Amino acid sequence: MKEEIIIAGFGGQGVLSMGKILAYSGLMDDKEVTWMPSYGPEQRGGTANVTVILSDDKISSPVLDRYDVVIALNQQSLDKFAPKVKEGGMLIYDTNGIHKHPVREDIKIYPINAMEATLELGNSKAYNMVVMGALLEAMEYKLPMENVIKGLKKSLPERHHKLIPLNQQAIEKGRTLL
Amino acid sequence: MSEEVRLMKGNEAIAHAAIRYGCDGYFGYPITPQSEVLETLEELMPWETTGMVVLQAESEVAAINMVYGGAASGKAVMTSSSSPGVSLKQEGISYIAAASLPALILNVMRGGPGLGTIQPSQADYFQAVKGGGHGDYHLIVLAPSTVQEMVDFVGLGFDLAFKYCNPAMILADGIVGQMMEKVVLPEQRPRRTDEEVRQQCPWAANGRKDGRKRNIVTSLELESSRMEVINHELQARYREIEKNETRWEEIGVEDADYLLIAFGSIARICAKAQEMAAEKGVKVGIVRPITLWPFPTEAIAKAAEGKKGILVVELNAGQMIEDVRLAVHDRLPVEHFGRMGGIIPSPDEVLEALENKIINR
Repeated sequence: MKEEIIIAGFGGQGVLSMGKILAYSGLMDDKEVTWMPSYGPEQRGGTANVTVILSDDKISSPVLDRYDVVIALNQQSLDKFAPKVKEGGMLIYDTNGIHKHPVREDIKIYPINAMEATLELGNSKAYNMVVMGALLEAMEYKLPMENVIKGLKKSLPERHHKLIPLNQQAIEKGRTLL
Repeated sequence: MSEEVRLMKGNEAIAHAAIRYGCDGYFGYPITPQSEVLETLEELMPWETTGMVVLQAESEVAAINMVYGGAASGKAVMTSSSSPGVSLKQEGISYIAAASLPALILNVMRGGPGLGTIQPSQADYFQAVKGGGHGDYHLIVLAPSTVQEMVDFVGLGFDLAFKYCNPAMILADGIVGQMMEKVVLPEQRPRRTDEEVRQQCPWAANGRKDGRKRNIVTSLELESSRMEVINHELQARYREIEKNETRWEEIGVEDADYLLIAFGSIARICAKAQEMAAEKGVKVGIVRPITLWPFPTEAIAKAAEGKKGILVVELNAGQMIEDVRLAVHDRLPVEHFGRMGGIIPSPDEVLEALENKIINR
């Protein structure tokens, strides 16, 4: 098993923390993991992104040019990373604010309306976990939910542990969006 | 199981490792991309547990001179910075080397020259292995490629520094500093007691007791004949370090037609390029120098035997390539591929460079 994933969006959408929760969940599932953020000017200018690799085996490069899974949460990220999905790979994107949709025949494309789903939940901070739910549902590698919960516990400071049921609810909501 | 598996950034891992390996003092000044070292230490508050001192100095120059003082008293002390800050420390580093003191310095390299950029780089290779400060001296230079090695090299760096009474440097880059990966932290090693310091560091200027002779720590010797003797002693020690402590890693070298040589996290990008080359039926081996000084000259000469060419990949304009060329002379083509200014090459780019510069040359 090896999943090479990039999550890209605006700074503030919870891209890096979603990556961290995903990486921690993989760790709890006994996988090798890397989490490589892009930081600095790129974040200020437009997109923030993080590459997460989950694997049974030792991971070589933490930096990639092509991905099994691309999650794009704004137009710039979609434009930049849709061409970088490997043949047979998967593209998940939030349709909110998207005017130019991707056209590729050789990959699986999942448009989701995560923003709307988050508003239905009533807590905009759960946005990244709604997206995470869609990813967990779509991904070939089935990450057991109990390990995702463990991952949440590990990556959130203890004072925020009371929010875990909300995060779990958001993930379950996200699973239904595909 | 006493091992603790954690997910953390390379910079955070350095802070945890410093405490776990019984470091006595950290003196630093914040600079991206390594500010998490000081930040994590302040958060962990080791002064309340192991008694380790953590101090944000007024400048990089002050920090390295605090390290000089701590080291002179036999303490296990360290500092960290990134490229422009490490340039500021060079005078102090030369003094520490000349005074034959153990200390650990971390450089999480960013793009230069000048203030440059906050993105990853490996452009301080020359500075780290060829001197940096003035005079004939060497640091023991360790280049980590994983977050786990960031942890391990804190222990190894201190051990080698104390074994040879010589400063050691961890030469990391912004990638391994900023990325998160699985790490296993070592068990807590207790800080040495004053009695242990007295036994292990009989040269330390830590107060005369029991009528022992006066210890003087200095890098100054105005008598030329004596200064030459000190230089000979340093050189003899460097030969000893070269003999005993040269470290490197080889991946798939034996069957390979071509070699990629890279250090730090770039060696991992090369490992991915190696996987991609194998899918095309091209056999590529990797040599990763782990100690940049002492450089694995003989190992590279041996690995190059029977190969068709070498591509040296670095985040700079071509620095380590000079040492690779000295190792293999002109027995086979040696070319360089590098990105600068904080740009990280993808594995595809590395493979393309190998094809253009070596395979189809």
